[in-house]
Amino acid sequence: MAILIDSQTRVLVQGMSGRIGKFHSQLMIEYGTNVVGGVTPGRGGETVLDRPVFNTVRDAVNSTRATASLLFVPPAFAADAMMEAADAGIRTCVCVADGIPAQDMMRVKRYLKRYPKERKMRLIGPNCAGIISPGKGFMGIMPPEIYQLGRVGIVGRSGTLGYEAASQMQSLGIGVSSSIGIGGDPINGSSFRDILELFEADDETDAIMMIGEIGGPQEAEAADYVRDRMRKPVIAYVAGLSAPKGRKMGHAGAIISAFGESAQEKVAILQDAGIAVAPNPSLMGQTVADVVNRLAQKTS
Amino acid sequence: MDIHEHQAKNILATFGVPIPAGHLAFSPEQAAYNCRRLGGGSCVVKAQVHSGGRGEAGGVKLCKDEQDVREFATRLLGTALVTRQSGAGGKPVHRLWVEAVTDIAREIYLGFVLDRKSERIMIVASGHGGMEIEELAESDPDSLVRMVIDPAAGLVEFQARELAFKLDLTGSQIGDFVNTLRACYRAYRDLDAMMVEINPLAITGSGELVALDAKMSFDTNALYRRPDILGLRDTGQEDSREATAADNGLAYVGLDGDIGCIINGAGLAMATMDMIKLAGGEPANFLDIGGGASPERVVTAFRVVMTDPNVRVILVNIFAGINRCDWIAEGVVQAYRTLDLKLPVVVRLSGTNVAEGRQIIETSGLPLVSADTLADAATAAFKASSQQGKGG
Repeated sequence: MAILIDSQTRVLVQGMSGRIGKFHSQLMIEYGTNVVGGVTPGRGGETVLDRPVFNTVRDAVNSTRATASLLFVPPAFAADAMMEAADAGIRTCVCVADGIPAQDMMRVKRYLKRYPKERKMRLIGPNCAGIISPGKGFMGIMPPEIYQLGRVGIVGRSGTLGYEAASQMQSLGIGVSSSIGIGGDPINGSSFRDILELFEADDETDAIMMIGEIGGPQEAEAADYVRDRMRKPVIAYVAGLSAPKGRKMGHAGAIISAFGESAQEKVAILQDAGIAVAPNPSLMGQTVADVVNRLAQKTS
Repeated sequence: MDIHEHQAKNILATFGVPIPAGHLAFSPEQAAYNCRRLGGGSCVVKAQVHSGGRGEAGGVKLCKDEQDVREFATRLLGTALVTRQSGAGGKPVHRLWVEAVTDIAREIYLGFVLDRKSERIMIVASGHGGMEIEELAESDPDSLVRMVIDPAAGLVEFQARELAFKLDLTGSQIGDFVNTLRACYRAYRDLDAMMVEINPLAITGSGELVALDAKMSFDTNALYRRPDILGLRDTGQEDSREATAADNGLAYVGLDGDIGCIINGAGLAMATMDMIKLAGGEPANFLDIGGGASPERVVTAFRVVMTDPNVRVILVNIFAGINRCDWIAEGVVQAYRTLDLKLPVVVRLSGTNVAEGRQIIETSGLPLVSADTLADAATAAFKASSQQGKGG
């Protein structure tokens, strides 16, 4: 059934009344996403894009039985919106905003631990393009037409580099089960490992393309998981071979500040775990194709 | 965002961290006067620049009297201090911190950082202070003690005490150390810091703790709610191109190559730079123009990239999601005309409104090179840069 979103998923948009929220909600609805309502404090009772708007996430969940929420909320208010969603019982929350203070995210991650596992919210992002299950629905800001339906999962930090991978795969006839952007911030809701776990359990995914970059420990953590726990093949690329140490490369989290955080070191760690690493970004699609073809030969 | 040592010391002092007496000076006269205020005898004069390694670069001196201070200040002020962290151009010295001399018996390293593994604030400490943390991590990794702070409880006293014992502190030093730790933690938390470092935290001959050097850097995402911190920004210490770019909503990092890059998205920008390198070229910069870029922002991006005299070719690589290829193309054409560009520009467009965008590029009548894929774009840019190189 793909992961995190399908055609049945009931989606709320927090901040749907704003210009950007409305624009992207429209695209999501046109694509077939089951958008059931919006939340804008003070605008409860109004209607946007023929969907009801609520004052609080709790009201929205009670009326629409929504289980997922996408945030189009400015960075200064995003942490509050995430915690409101978690408290109202939302299961999957996607935040695209870039520029959230690190300590706000620290608070959010601590807050999410308040809930027992069976009702704990999964947060995707922030600073990401969102999530899509081709042909079923999407929550985010990506151009959906570059994702062809298929059986390879994508998980990545960067939005545009994820687009590049999906379109390279499309031109080689390889489709996507779901594509998940985990975002470029130093503290994010879900790690590579969290998403790999979902793909490993998904019966519509055969292989996973993982797109990392310099900075942070999450690629190395994913490498351990792939080696020790996964049966499905993982293909990877790590951006930033030419990035100097100690400089922040656009993403707040893209900075080499410790051992093992450079692209070269991450590539070595991933290869040691048996992961096929694309030698350059224009070969991401081809590297996936090689692995998928080998897989097809093995099963036939 | 980084601040100066004297600013960090003053902030930490307001939270209760003991610092030596000291005064700020912008001229040799003021420096000499500050020496007199401290008693007129020997004192330490420290260049205030945003860089570590100032001592070995000649930016710190133990002066014996007022005359010595005046001479050192005259020599240093207005120059650029080249340290091993500053880059070849160095950092301009416009202010000096004149400080009372401390009788040092022992030096401790103390740092507060954001630990990305636990996603919490972490204390790093070592009983062997004075060296840079990178050196300590290499030469004496066993001396490093780490402790993670739960944001719900804050820094609990027993944790701080535990750390004090691990550093072999005794007597009244233990209580003083706990207070210093808690002060640093509060400063970190309350001011949205990303790093607080005291190195060294000295123990004096009479057993007192005092912060001899201090560094703080702040979360740029939180500056909107920290106007007092934003007021401490010293743009003279920043790379002027990076500062201009940041003020225009662009992320820019200057590098040493000759292929200027204008790209959307940090990941795609890094990948494009990798591709240039693999094609044989060298990127001149990292530049992310962000989402929803207007033609005007594209022109600004060209302006920023063109301030680097080494740039011989510009590569524009856009995979539009919330961007629009037609706007980008219009911006490229506008930039070419208004900035009167003479160098080759390679443009690769993909995603939203790509057909309209390519049409604008191809019918512009300008010498713009269109590329279909990431690989084509990098190869074309490298080829153009090597031809430019031969032509002089």
